[in-house]
Amino acid sequence: MNRSLRPLAATAVIFALAYAASIFQFPGMFSTRVLGNFLTDNAFLGITAVGMTFVIISGGIDLSVGAIIGFTGVLIAVLIGWAGIHPLAAFVIALVVAGAFGAAMGAAIHYLEVPPFIVTLAGMFLARGAASVITQDSIPVTHEFYSKVTSTYWLMPGGGRLSMIGALMIIVFIVGALVAHRTRFGSNVYALGGNATSAALMGVPVARTTILIYTLSATLSGLAGIVFSLYTSAGYPLAAVGVELDAIGAVVIGGTLLTGGYGFVAGTFIGVMLQGLVQTYIIFDGTLSSWWTKIVIGGLLFVFIVLQRLVFSASSSRSKVFWKLKHE
Amino acid sequence: MVDHQTDNSFVLEARGVIKIFGQSRALDGVNFGLRRGEVHALLGENGAGKSTLIKILTGAYQPDGGEVLLDGEPVHFADPLHAQSHGIGTVYQEVNLLPNRSVAENLFLGRQPTRFGFVRKSLIEKNARELLSRYGLDIDVQAELGTYSVAVQQIVAIARAVELSGKVLVLDEPTASLDKLEVEKLFEVVTQLKERGMAIVFITHFLDQVFAISDRVTILRNGRLIGTEPLSGLTRTDVVRMMLGKDITFAPAVTGIEERAAGPALVEFTECGKAGKIHPFSLKIRRGEVVGVAGLLGSGRTEMARIMFGADQCDAGEIRIGDKPVALKSPVQAIAHGFGFCPEDRKVEGILGDLSVRENIVIALQGKLGWFKALNRDEQMEIAGKFAEDLDIRAASLDMPVKLLSGGNQQKVILARWLATDPNFLILDEPTRGIDVGAHAEIVRTINRLREEGLALLVISSELDEIVAYSSRIVVMRDREMVAELTGDNINPSVIVQAIAAQHETVSAEGASV
Repeated sequence: MNRSLRPLAATAVIFALAYAASIFQFPGMFSTRVLGNFLTDNAFLGITAVGMTFVIISGGIDLSVGAIIGFTGVLIAVLIGWAGIHPLAAFVIALVVAGAFGAAMGAAIHYLEVPPFIVTLAGMFLARGAASVITQDSIPVTHEFYSKVTSTYWLMPGGGRLSMIGALMIIVFIVGALVAHRTRFGSNVYALGGNATSAALMGVPVARTTILIYTLSATLSGLAGIVFSLYTSAGYPLAAVGVELDAIGAVVIGGTLLTGGYGFVAGTFIGVMLQGLVQTYIIFDGTLSSWWTKIVIGGLLFVFIVLQRLVFSASSSRSKVFWKLKHE
Repeated sequence: MVDHQTDNSFVLEARGVIKIFGQSRALDGVNFGLRRGEVHALLGENGAGKSTLIKILTGAYQPDGGEVLLDGEPVHFADPLHAQSHGIGTVYQEVNLLPNRSVAENLFLGRQPTRFGFVRKSLIEKNARELLSRYGLDIDVQAELGTYSVAVQQIVAIARAVELSGKVLVLDEPTASLDKLEVEKLFEVVTQLKERGMAIVFITHFLDQVFAISDRVTILRNGRLIGTEPLSGLTRTDVVRMMLGKDITFAPAVTGIEERAAGPALVEFTECGKAGKIHPFSLKIRRGEVVGVAGLLGSGRTEMARIMFGADQCDAGEIRIGDKPVALKSPVQAIAHGFGFCPEDRKVEGILGDLSVRENIVIALQGKLGWFKALNRDEQMEIAGKFAEDLDIRAASLDMPVKLLSGGNQQKVILARWLATDPNFLILDEPTRGIDVGAHAEIVRTINRLREEGLALLVISSELDEIVAYSSRIVVMRDREMVAELTGDNINPSVIVQAIAAQHETVSAEGASV
């Protein structure tokens, strides 16, 4: 098997085993109702994690995504509640603002040659700060469009409800996977993560690709902000604190190499679902603190980083003994 | 030398190219002409200006003087991509492709055919298979490039470069990490491209390979053009002599060393070797003698030094200190046995640029003493001061960062670092490279003084005049193998040049035609 598929396969196996064990203990977890809630509850995280997947494959990191979710949530609430703008118009404005913010971060990373960690950390403080300057409180959104969207769902076999935001997440994942694996932009993202110097020598437009990657990540965070706004019907400056780390966790658990160059959007989906599974298990159990989610995720992350290390160092040792290897 | 002004047959030409870095001229009025359908070897020791010339021809550097002509027209390449679009492709020793992507994608990245915005993967893979089959390569193009050997990666890189550029192919030490069979394979490809009319620049350290495949050779030394000649009229000795710049003269012989050095071996290496790095070698080093190591760059000199200092481990053989067999698994162990090592690349492996002169001098001694016997500042000052005086290190203050010193003084600081540990065996890798003439003479004097004080020294140098002046014995390295040990009257530059250039069947001159 292709070595970069191994972490993904491991994630899939672990998810299947964990889900099977959960069903064995709580047969109620095997239903489309649970699945529907899975998708709805994790929609904003999943959408954010798709953008994060691109960033990490390119060898970067984006710490600003949680803050952008918080900021867009507040922005939308203000635009709808105080300015009286239709939600759809507010969504467009929010996406444009988030995208421009991401483009600025990408430009800073490329042209100023500042590490993405620093730039997006600054971006995180800026976005979170800006949201808190607008308001300190939670602003409720009451608009008939909101109630219409949140009450719309498709009935799945078995009575589960696929909400609009759950469906949106699935669409984002499918489009994300197509972009990553089937477009030139996707190839360029992998190329940057593999070796930026080589990529530049091979004609990859490094500046444009870098800016696009962070624009994509911030736009998807903006979209996640919209989803979060629909999900909670409110805008709150301290919403989605720490979501950047959940997203990074989901990406890494999904088999994407934190050093860049290898990864799959589909893997991130499993990574998000695994986090959802742990949460659902805790709800079914009823006695465990919800913080156990973090502990389990932390443990899984550790296991996966070790696993990737083993898979990739085992195969890269080849480069040290190449003159002994067989010829083509 | 050919008058380049009147020769119009050049595809790519450099005329009087000058490149200045700081105060030194990396290239000083160099002419270079490349013809269609030739393999043109570019030779020179480290610092000769080969890579600077190549970087100017491929657009990575801009010349400070002179001009570059493509098909007789002056051109200015803004960057390597620009040069590539004008037909000049480069393949580097470290393959500049993407090991994490498929072979097919590496061949077509940046120009993938698309339909409705989506890359046509199966078309790319089909084209990739066709392209590589022309190079005799039948591999799974969907597999990651990184899973293939360096030789395959080189051929993929060549295929990409030829596909994108098509006129000139620059091969920058492509064979440095290939074995004999892989070199053969590569040479088949190069010969085939030559027959198709490509102009090929071939940079290498391996003389056998130069003679195996090149039509003409250009030799640079210290940024100057020594000459461009058809290889058919040259012998190996001619080439080595041109590279090292030796008009064969006898240097003043060192007398009376051998008697003093006749005692038992301080350290003895028996059949030590490391696969792919260096063939097993045996060497005894006694107190009060300097063993010189001569050989071209890439001949295994540095590899030998690294094994001796425990920086690399030999996979066979025995090392004895006195009568006791020892294992050298790390530099820390070597230091504990009283070894010291001044590496070749002073800036990267030697000095700690931001630390002070004092800290740079005491660091090895502190390392030897361990964590719990910290030297206080006064002790450090005393030690650093003593050695600074002994070796005449010229620094405004012992507390200034060592990176502000001149090359010669930096070298003396590293020497002081090891002398402070009271060593009995010192390895110096190119101790006089890149330092001015005055400091040069001082380092040579210091080497002689240390020998008289009873140290055992191993000194690697490409300066033949220098190495014969202080060595009690000289070992000659070629193709990662110790090929000669010279003593007495044989310690003179002409014998060394003969030994370096001697015909030898280890690597590929014959291999390519088998």
